[in-house]
Amino acid sequence: MEDISLHILDIVENSIRAGARRVEIKVFEEKGKDLLTLRIKDDGKGMSKETQKKALDSFFTTKKGKRIGLGLPLLYQSTKEAGGDFMINSKEGEGTKIVATFKLSNIDRKPLGNINETIRVLRASHPKVEFLFEHNLVGVRHTNPKGLGRIKPVSSGVINVAPTFFERRVK
Amino acid sequence: MPRLKPEDLEKIRERMRGTVTLREGKAKAKIIVHMGTCGISAGARKIMSTLLSLTEEKKTEDIIVTTSGCAGFCSKEPMATVELKGEAPVKYVNLTEEKITKIFNEHILGGKIVKDFALAIGSEQLG
Repeated sequence: MEDISLHILDIVENSIRAGARRVEIKVFEEKGKDLLTLRIKDDGKGMSKETQKKALDSFFTTKKGKRIGLGLPLLYQSTKEAGGDFMINSKEGEGTKIVATFKLSNIDRKPLGNINETIRVLRASHPKVEFLFEHNLVGVRHTNPKGLGRIKPVSSGVINVAPTFFERRVK
Repeated sequence: MPRLKPEDLEKIRERMRGTVTLREGKAKAKIIVHMGTCGISAGARKIMSTLLSLTEEKKTEDIIVTTSGCAGFCSKEPMATVELKGEAPVKYVNLTEEKITKIFNEHILGGKIVKDFALAIGSEQLG
C-alpha cells in the first residue's frame, strides 16, 4: 500500500463484507506526542477469539476458496515500520475495532494520502452504509496558504481540517 | 454455525438486493470494481473514482457502480466486471484511467465489448 488512506479503504471494505452498516474512521495527528492514530470501528459480525489470533497471519483468511489474507497483516507491518503499534478488539455479533498507531516523525511512516477520495469511493459504492469520518489535528502547525506566516498552533482540543467529511450522523 | 437472527435476514436481503436489481429492470448496467487488497494496491481506487466521475459527468442514473473482493487474478489487477442487462458479465483486467474511460464509453454506453482489455466472459466461481 502506498499510503494510509489505501489501508483505510482496504480495512473498511473488509468491514462492509462483514455486514457492517455503520463504520467510524478516526484519524488523530498529535504533534506533542509525535503520534498518528487510526481508529476504525464497525458494527459487522465481528471475529471469534480464534480468528483474532490468526488475523495477522498472511496465510489465514475467512474467505471461502482463498488461502491468503493480506489486509490486516499489511497494515500491521506499516505500523511496525513506523515505530507504531496495532490492536484488534472484536466480539462476535457486535463488531470490530482496530487501532493502528504510527510515530508521526518516523521517516518510514507512510503519508496519509488522499483520504477524501477514499471516503468518496466508499460512500458512492456503499450508499446503504453510514460512514463517520473524523480527522483531528492536535497542536500541528500549518502554513497559512496566503503566505502570511503561520497559523497559531492549537494548544488543546481538536480542529477540523476536512469539514466536508466531518459529519456525525446519529440515527 | 451460529443461528440466524431476524436482523441477519435483513442484512442478507440488503446484500442480495443489488444482485437482483438488473433482473428487475431498475438498471441497465452494473460495473463491479474488484477492491480486494491486491486490487486496492494496484490502483482500483483510481478506477472507481474515474467511474464515479464519468457517471456524474454523463448524468447516468441507471448504472450501478459497486465493489467486490479479490477475483483470484491478483497479477491482473486492477480489474472490473461489466454486466449489461440480459448479457453475460465481462471481466476487464490491467485497467488504467484511460482504459476504463474507453470501456465506459464503448461497452457500458455503446454496448460493444472492448476486446483488447477483456480477459473473459463470465464470472469466477468458488470451490
